[in-house]
Amino acid sequence: MAQPWEQTAAELAAAISRKELSARDAVEAHLARIDAVEPDVHAFVSLTPDLARATADAVDQKVAAGEPLGPLAGVPLALKDILCVDGVRTTAGSRILEDYHPPYDATVVQKLRAAGIPIVGKANMDEFAMGSSTENSAFGVTRNPWDLARVPGGSSGGSAAAVAAGMAPLAIGTDTGGSIRQPAALCGVVGVKPTYGRVSRYGVIAFASSLDQVGPFARTVEDAALLQQVISGHDPMDSTSIDGAVPDYGSALEGDVKGLRVGVVTDWIDGKGTEPGVRARVRDAIDAFADLGADLGKVSLPSFEYALSAYYLIAPAECSSNLARYDGVRYGMRAPDAADVVEMNTRTRSAGFGDEVKRRIMLGTYALSAGYYDAYYGKAQQVRTLVIRDFDEAYKRFDVLLSPTSPTTAFKIGERTDDPLAMYLSDVCTIPTNLAGAAAISIPCGLDDAGLPVGLQLMGPPLSEPLLFRLAAAYERARGPFEVPSMWGRSDD
Amino acid sequence: MTEYETVIGLEVHVELSTASKMFCACPTAFGAPPNTQTCPVCLGQPGTLPVTNRRAIESLMMIGLALDCEIAPHSVFHRKNYFYPDMPKNYQISQYDLPLCVQGHLDVQVNGSMTRVGITRAHMEEDTGKSLHVGVTGRIAQATHSLVDYNRAGIPLVEVVSEPDIRSAEEAQAYLRELRGIVKTLGVSDVRMEEGSMRCDANVSLRPVGTHDFGVKVEIKNLNSIRSLERALRFEIERQTTLLHAGEAVVQETRHFDEGTGKTSTLRSKEEAFDYRYFPEPDLVPIEPDAAWIDRLRGALPELPRARRDRYISEHGLEPAMAAFVSASPASSAYFEDLLGAGVSARDAAVWMSGELARALNEHGHDIEDAVVSAAHLAGLIQAVQAGKVTLNTAKKVFLDAYEHAKEPIDVIAERGLGQVSDDAAIAAIVDQVLAENPKEVERYRTGEEKVFGFLIGQVMRATKGQAAPPVVQRVLKERLTA
Repeated sequence: MAQPWEQTAAELAAAISRKELSARDAVEAHLARIDAVEPDVHAFVSLTPDLARATADAVDQKVAAGEPLGPLAGVPLALKDILCVDGVRTTAGSRILEDYHPPYDATVVQKLRAAGIPIVGKANMDEFAMGSSTENSAFGVTRNPWDLARVPGGSSGGSAAAVAAGMAPLAIGTDTGGSIRQPAALCGVVGVKPTYGRVSRYGVIAFASSLDQVGPFARTVEDAALLQQVISGHDPMDSTSIDGAVPDYGSALEGDVKGLRVGVVTDWIDGKGTEPGVRARVRDAIDAFADLGADLGKVSLPSFEYALSAYYLIAPAECSSNLARYDGVRYGMRAPDAADVVEMNTRTRSAGFGDEVKRRIMLGTYALSAGYYDAYYGKAQQVRTLVIRDFDEAYKRFDVLLSPTSPTTAFKIGERTDDPLAMYLSDVCTIPTNLAGAAAISIPCGLDDAGLPVGLQLMGPPLSEPLLFRLAAAYERARGPFEVPSMWGRSDD
Repeated sequence: MTEYETVIGLEVHVELSTASKMFCACPTAFGAPPNTQTCPVCLGQPGTLPVTNRRAIESLMMIGLALDCEIAPHSVFHRKNYFYPDMPKNYQISQYDLPLCVQGHLDVQVNGSMTRVGITRAHMEEDTGKSLHVGVTGRIAQATHSLVDYNRAGIPLVEVVSEPDIRSAEEAQAYLRELRGIVKTLGVSDVRMEEGSMRCDANVSLRPVGTHDFGVKVEIKNLNSIRSLERALRFEIERQTTLLHAGEAVVQETRHFDEGTGKTSTLRSKEEAFDYRYFPEPDLVPIEPDAAWIDRLRGALPELPRARRDRYISEHGLEPAMAAFVSASPASSAYFEDLLGAGVSARDAAVWMSGELARALNEHGHDIEDAVVSAAHLAGLIQAVQAGKVTLNTAKKVFLDAYEHAKEPIDVIAERGLGQVSDDAAIAAIVDQVLAENPKEVERYRTGEEKVFGFLIGQVMRATKGQAAPPVVQRVLKERLTA
């Protein structure tokens, strides 16, 4: 019998509801696992064992009373430290919010609480979700459980690493340009970027409001779909949330993929930035889809060449405004002994923000400045429209699109920190989905020669989550159980 | 010397009296202890998002419709970015190039001539908080520290921007008064300028009479009364005229009006102007009102001051100035119409309202909503005058007395025995007494010195303390003198 921390969320939930395992024991097993491996991985900014235990105990009382449980009740979860939890330190990976304790819960957190999902800790991340390696956290780098010398990806690197290392079977991240899918790929787990507006952004500390979206991490497609179900839905507190019924994602997992039209983004597979190991594993996955009866074809998306550039104008522009509120006046860090308010603002922000955040604030401020708006922000919005149009054209011929999630596997810590542009290229395959407000999933599709996981990305139009879960689940069944990092300590039995 | 024409455009901010703030559920009541009307949203806590107040949008649309604006089919919020401690997010959610209401107009009347002032736009934005500088003087330069009250942060504001169609301080005042009357009639704001619920910025420039290009413009910020607007404009027009006549240039800048000195002074130059880095607010969706919504609001518009004024002129024969006076606010119009309903003539109603009632309100610092003497009671007094029960002069005093002591005027007449004497016998007795006391004057009258008649009437009135009905006195006196 596998240890509780080795089980999937669905298995744990079933054991808890059948009284084979208490929610409290499930939490304790994961807290013990965290004790064992967190010093190596550093997936968390803060641990919240008391919060997790309280939630678990409430679930156990419900079990004892014979009350109905949510499908993931008692299953531990790592929450990206960008979602506000009432009274619990929430840093967004930034020094400027080092001691910030929000006075309210994010809507997603309310939903997790209502579902009886214990939160074991606040997962590490690049500061304000700006980065692709978690190296931009003010609270230390997170290490990839597959190779501790490598990054877990980012910005939701802590969430991905926690799931990969067995510290929680579930995690929540946010994806603005790939921040769920890219770390999922680099850590060998499943990550979902839902349709913009599917999950409430209320209580999610904003990076780029028109792109940010909350989504799940898990080790299986089923677990990811179950968590997606819990967090989805319209929120009157978020004007951009979608007002419509949420489909049953669990029932979407059953279907086959025969006759589904899959467009292969060959530019991203053959591109010179794509590592041979990634190329090989993605080609294996394409073969698997062919064997499953999918109808495969090549797709070319001409505007995507400009998507990265457009993203690096739109996201910084929005962040330059979203991060203006961190001024030392109302909450968070305040530089002491300033002579006046301008000096207080300046010194607080100079000391509180890291280099990448400052870089993007400057970039965004410039892009919105009088006389430059049309040339930068305005032009980027036009590219965004073209990206949406290219997607629309592609979805006339295909049901979904297939590509690598990231052109490379996990890179070494420090390898790209001095070259922001190289770092930005990590997200070249994921960014178009954010610009289009569409949905995508990353699922592990094998290991490269160095034994590092490769991620396969399936992209669909807005609200195509059921279709994406269906394809991913069918592929997962064909692929078989995925490998685990050596730190799981399993022998090859 | 060159004659100059004044060109003025006004930007008026109206704080809406919605129950809750623009983007959160916090209450909007004035005067609550600092920071008690705040929540994570209006404090700009990380992760919070705005949700638009539908009533505020409807209020703006009503203002737009009352100003004959077009309601834009697609309107968006923008962020106006600048750092200021009283602004929780360090950006203000406002509207920029896609406002909700555009291309309207407002007709204003000055000295009997009508001017049409174009309305460029009316849009929605959120108010900021308020900084309090703590120190001996209360000024920022000498402050030891500053406090911020965010109760006002997020209160819905409508900004109404006029075209540069205003040509004098009088027209500007008339425009502001008319706009205030409209907003008040719509019931969407209490437009109390002293509480800051209506504020005004004025753009002023001069150009040689007969030319069409605009001169260099100066913006005067934050004028908080109609009187301040007038004083600031007069000073500024004079200042610019003097500069131009001296051959000097007007500098484009933002100026501050000092209530104490009545002067304007430089606040910031054009070079110091902020770059607000406007961009569409990604946390909100566009406002796209459908025709049914607009029609429903249009149908719900009350009779506006202009229409009411015209009706008072055409139906009740009031002079324009009187009509304007009594229709100045919904409460004033209601008072006027209550008087008419009680059978008072429009003219008497207007004369009393602009006379004794206005005086009493002024003395007691009341608005007409707070009037101690109701329209019904005033009507009773006016009718007593018409019935000859009391003289007009006495009635005026009775009214002020009744107002002062919160009594019904008719009761005051009774209590003080001020009823008018119109009984022939009683007046005849007094006339006889006066004639007996003034034999010389009687003799002079009888020898043809007719002006003595007036003196004798005055003596009778004095003896009756003004209560004798003048026509009766005249008749009886004439009878006795010619007997």
